[in-house]
Amino acid sequence: MNVLGIRNLNVTFGTEGGPLRALRNVSFDVPRHRIVGVVGESGCGKSTLINAILGLLADNGQVESGQILFEERDLTQMDSLEMQAMRGSRISTVFQDPMGALNPVISVGKQMLHIQYRSDLGRTEKNARSVEMLRRVRIPDPKSALSRYPHEFSGGMKQRIAIAMAMMMEPVLLIADEPTTALDATLEVATIELLQELQAQIGCSVLFISHHLGVIAELCDDVVVMYAGEVVERGTTRQIFHDPLHPYTERLLRCDPAGQSTRTRHLPTIPGEIPDLRDPPKGCIFADRCDRRETICETAPPEVEMGGHRACCHRVKP
Amino acid sequence: MLSYSLKRLGLAVAIVSVAMLLLFAMIYLIPGDPAAVALGPRATEAMREALRIKMGLDQPVWIQFWNFFINAWQGDLGNEVLSNRPVAKVVMEQLPSTLALIVGGMAWSIALGIPLGCWTAVKRGGMADRIVGVFSVAVIAVPSFVVAIYALLIFSVSLRWLPAIGAGEPGDIGDQLVHLILPSLAVGLGWVGYIARMVRASMLEVLEAPHIRTARAFGLPDRQITYRYALTIAILPTVTLLGVGIGQMLSSAVFAEIVFARPGVGKLVYDAILTRNYPLVTGAVLVTTVLFILINLIADLVVGYLDPRVRSRL
Ligand SMILES: Nc1ncnc2c1ncn2[C@@H]1O[C@H](COP(=O)(O)OP(=O)(O)O)[C@@H](O)[C@H]1O
Ligand SMILES: [Mg+2]
Repeated sequence: MNVLGIRNLNVTFGTEGGPLRALRNVSFDVPRHRIVGVVGESGCGKSTLINAILGLLADNGQVESGQILFEERDLTQMDSLEMQAMRGSRISTVFQDPMGALNPVISVGKQMLHIQYRSDLGRTEKNARSVEMLRRVRIPDPKSALSRYPHEFSGGMKQRIAIAMAMMMEPVLLIADEPTTALDATLEVATIELLQELQAQIGCSVLFISHHLGVIAELCDDVVVMYAGEVVERGTTRQIFHDPLHPYTERLLRCDPAGQSTRTRHLPTIPGEIPDLRDPPKGCIFADRCDRRETICETAPPEVEMGGHRACCHRVKP
Repeated sequence: MLSYSLKRLGLAVAIVSVAMLLLFAMIYLIPGDPAAVALGPRATEAMREALRIKMGLDQPVWIQFWNFFINAWQGDLGNEVLSNRPVAKVVMEQLPSTLALIVGGMAWSIALGIPLGCWTAVKRGGMADRIVGVFSVAVIAVPSFVVAIYALLIFSVSLRWLPAIGAGEPGDIGDQLVHLILPSLAVGLGWVGYIARMVRASMLEVLEAPHIRTARAFGLPDRQITYRYALTIAILPTVTLLGVGIGQMLSSAVFAEIVFARPGVGKLVYDAILTRNYPLVTGAVLVTTVLFILINLIADLVVGYLDPRVRSRL
């Protein structure tokens, strides 16, 4: 059973240089109780994907075609009020920047109170719930934390408060957009463990976005590899890390200097540049940077599937 | 909050002292003999000398300043030339009327400027946004005395909706408020434009902030996001700006008081300059300066109250 199913999703941004096709035919699933990682260089469309799911695309962005099935309902067909009802209650989000993610002039307790606005509980019970959530993410002295403001907490604590807020309404799907990228390595480990622990307790599915392979390998059950707005490969974490099919995935793994099992804070770098998404190549999207390019790569590659492991590359033979 | 307030208060006292020093230096450097000016052309040299001693003008300059400084802090600004009444008393009599004018001007600019700025930020790029944009620039560009004259011609002379001159019957609040409408509009209209532009710009910036995205991702209602999560931050630069804007409103008040023949500090200074009543001019300027600093102090305290980051930084 899938909690989330993305089907042939196309998202376009209107820009001065013409329509920018930020997501092209993106498809993948997030099964119940599983953690799915989305990995790719920055600019490959990870945040666009999240915003499309949440119905929060920028004014110039639009879902051109495709479906976003959440619990069997297509989110792309919902009006803004229906989407608002989904956000925060069924689908929760933790964003990258813990410094700016909380409102600076409203106390933590008030913000946690506000997001419980749909609940029938009284004010005292809601505050008690907030304290309980803060305790679960190990904020010291959670009661007094309610009356404090975000700037009074460290970056790591702010990110834990953000996680507490996201988990408080017991969502079916938690989306995490690079939640550890701004943290140092020790805090990163702690945050990952906290996410794992809460996910197990609440029993939600997680869509985890990162460009950090070590974190993905450790946390995720399934992996989706994105390149320039397309899904180039997807499969279980084991399949992706031990038996990568797509040259881009191979290069990503090779560029990770310390290997897949150790952490690195550096972005994977591959020679060459991401193609201009206002005029993407007709054939394989990765061909320009691929060291095993052939003439056939000027035509669009088919998606090949082997035991749930899928890749879009002419070289992969079923 | 308390220590923040105390620090702000201390700063205000320091600024008032510096303002006094500058004001004193200004009077001191004006060419001519104050005693001669005060007594007029037909006074004898002996009379002038007597007044000079009485005014302390024979003392060394630093003693003169010290006396001026101490007296001013105790509320003694000397006596005015024409009727020999205490300057402080004369100015204080006129102050409430000017204060009402400025509070009225602020009320106009806040009551219209903030909603307009907020509304155009939410509906950016639309027809309303463009119309309000043109309106804002127009009212910023038109000097307040032009607004005063046209308001007078249209609403008092042609339409006869509102009274043309005076401040209303003493003791009759309703009548005084009716008399306040046009002059305060003249003082505040330009600021409607300023505040609308300012609030619009900072709202647009705040609405792009990551924490607003978080609030949306938690499904908070749009109204709450606009007014509680965005406006409370977007308003902060405007509060500071308003404090500074009081200075300009004070100078607009001079014109408004002249055009509408209202009593007030502006009218007082204007008349005092025409009659060369220098002690009255300096006294009125000093009171206005203190008023300006006081209002900025209040603006700072309001910002501190609204923004916990400012509160803790100080
Ligand atoms: N509002 C927008 N207008 C135009 N282009 C955009 C907009 N948002 C994102 N893009 C473009 O879409 C692509 C994907 O961006 P993004 O989703 O932010 O990538 P990632 O999160 O993986 O770093 C980039 O090329 C970016 O320039
Ligand atoms: Mg991103």
